[in-house]
Amino acid sequence: MSNKLYNAVFASGIAFVLACLMIGVKLSTEGTQLTVEGASAEQWRWIGLGIALVFLAQLFADQIDALFGKLPKPQLGALLPEEKKMASLKPWLIALVIVGMLVWPFMVSRGAVDLATLTLIYIMLGLGLNIVVGLAGLLDLGYVAFYAVGAYTYALLSQYFGLSFWVCLPISAGMAALFGFILGFPVLRLRGDYLAIVTLGFGEIIRILLNNWTALTGGPNGISGIAKPTLFGLEFSRRAKEEGAVPFHEWMGIDYSSSHKVIFLYLIAVVLTIFVVYVINRLIRMPVGRAWEALREDEIACRSLGLNRTVIKLSAFTLGASTAGFAGSFFAARQGFISPESFIFIESAIILAIVVLGGMGSQVGVILAAIVMTILPELAREFSEYRMLLFGLLMVVMMRWRPQGLVPMKRPHLELKQ
Amino acid sequence: MSEFTLYLLQQLINGLTIGSTYALIAIGYTMVYGIIGMINFAHGEIYMIGSYVTFIVIAGLLGMGLVSLPVILIVALIVAVVIASTYGWTVERVAYRPLRGSNRLIPLISAIGMSIFLQNYVVLSQGSRDVALPPQISGGWTFGDPSVFEVSFSYMQLMIWAATLITMTGLTLFISRSRMGRACRACSEDLGMTNLLGIDTNKIIAMTFIIGAALAAIAGLLLGLYYGVVNPFIGFMAGLKAFTAAVLGGIGSIPGAMLGGLILGVTEAMTAAFFPSEYKDVVAFSLLVLILLFRPSGLLGKPEVEKV
Repeated sequence: MSNKLYNAVFASGIAFVLACLMIGVKLSTEGTQLTVEGASAEQWRWIGLGIALVFLAQLFADQIDALFGKLPKPQLGALLPEEKKMASLKPWLIALVIVGMLVWPFMVSRGAVDLATLTLIYIMLGLGLNIVVGLAGLLDLGYVAFYAVGAYTYALLSQYFGLSFWVCLPISAGMAALFGFILGFPVLRLRGDYLAIVTLGFGEIIRILLNNWTALTGGPNGISGIAKPTLFGLEFSRRAKEEGAVPFHEWMGIDYSSSHKVIFLYLIAVVLTIFVVYVINRLIRMPVGRAWEALREDEIACRSLGLNRTVIKLSAFTLGASTAGFAGSFFAARQGFISPESFIFIESAIILAIVVLGGMGSQVGVILAAIVMTILPELAREFSEYRMLLFGLLMVVMMRWRPQGLVPMKRPHLELKQ
Repeated sequence: MSEFTLYLLQQLINGLTIGSTYALIAIGYTMVYGIIGMINFAHGEIYMIGSYVTFIVIAGLLGMGLVSLPVILIVALIVAVVIASTYGWTVERVAYRPLRGSNRLIPLISAIGMSIFLQNYVVLSQGSRDVALPPQISGGWTFGDPSVFEVSFSYMQLMIWAATLITMTGLTLFISRSRMGRACRACSEDLGMTNLLGIDTNKIIAMTFIIGAALAAIAGLLLGLYYGVVNPFIGFMAGLKAFTAAVLGGIGSIPGAMLGGLILGVTEAMTAAFFPSEYKDVVAFSLLVLILLFRPSGLLGKPEVEKV
């Protein structure tokens, strides 16, 4: 008991030291003078509450652990029907989901459709990073750079050459893939943590270049007035911007509604996402996908079995980057305006969190995690200033309690029933 | 001396000043990596917290009417070191120790999460805007021809040189002469064996984090006074640059971190001298990539042999 008490007092003491100056005292500037003022009584109450919580948690640590142990662990896998039935059900399920996604936007508000489009962008990004981090095990912290390359490629091509969205889409993916290829070379020999830092540095380099190369990229002002995608030349605006073009609503003979544009963008996002999901799904089952997983498990064994790790790593980087390029050019089209501010390191961290929380390598998990990560902040609007704080905390906590993610990856397999 | 030489000399002085502070932060990275093989992503935020605590103490003491600058600085130093060390210890205890032994990716993600948490913790408690302190130590020496170019070597720069020199000498003596230091060296060579020999490795690892945090706090104090401005986001860049310095010198090697820091500082200053200064960060990272391409073990590091 005295041991517990000692732990509890020690922990509360530490909590007090941590909080007393950083939260308990606030710096403020009066004119040119820097002054400190004690925090408000309310904040001291919160600090006191926190310390008391730490004290009690340490004192009753054993009991709390026992309580958590008694809670049933969620078995998401047990909810699904068994493998054979799944195999015949699956095509119907997928068809149902796709039809649902296509029909749904016509029945809900514009804001919801917009949110769904954003979620789809993050799903694409998550799936792309899933190839690099989840399947190939290459920790890439600079993924947002490829996202930026895709976005800026479309923006610049549309501004200088007037190319349409559909033409620029593969070009953006190609440019991003090229950058992924270029990044792949220096990091071929690096492992684990070094790889993470170098990719992080690469992401920062791209952001700094975008921010400072004003002649080409517009610098911190970004590029605005990016053309929106058209449906076979039909624009989704009130009046046609180009000479002789017919806006969509006139061609269809219906009234103009701003939700048309939003729904159209959403449908494009759905098509792109389905494409990405399908392609990656096939790739996982191909020798390339197996090679990625072999690389993740044990690189040296991989080499000793004759697999060319250069090709594997470069293919992972390139394909992951091209997916980001896809998402990036769609993002630029949707927003109409991009600036280097959208492509900071935190974005990379968020996408990484999506992949890790979803379960590395597992597509369903990543999709689920992307949906959760995009929708939760919208639902918890009152906590918006605590958003990033909770995000960081979530990463730490998830690693402690469920490092394999929400839906851990399962290789396609059949179990023998005895 | 020609104007060009004087200009170069000034940049050299500036570079060595900044570089020695990078070295202080880099030592924290290198020590942790040497012992448990993980990058402490949150280390940059510890430096930032050290800076903030310094500002709080200095502003508080000045507000209370204390005038004697040496006393203020010493109190600020002690308080910053104590609080930053506590943060360092807590981060290790909460985010890293439970994950020891799992595959490399998991502690790294936990570290990134911790870094984001600490950054936003300071944003919420102190605000995200710049906080400025009027310069406390001003003046210095100048030499050179005023009509050509004047090289200035400020007292603040001298203080940074002296402080980092003393700290690094102290650390080297500690590592090489004391029992704890010997235990640290043993842990970085072979953690399992050290454990078997009866040394409490948990304590040593905690000690490593505390030392690293203390050094980061000192760097925070020095740079806070030098630049006069802090905000919650300085930790990220500083951490990245310090890590570059650690890798440059050979990760796991403390003299390497010191050398790497100085080289990085001088390179950055030289780049800022001849190119637009926004690109100096690009140079820092490019240097990292080049070093990792051609000499992955760094300048003073030993090539790592992976056994199967």
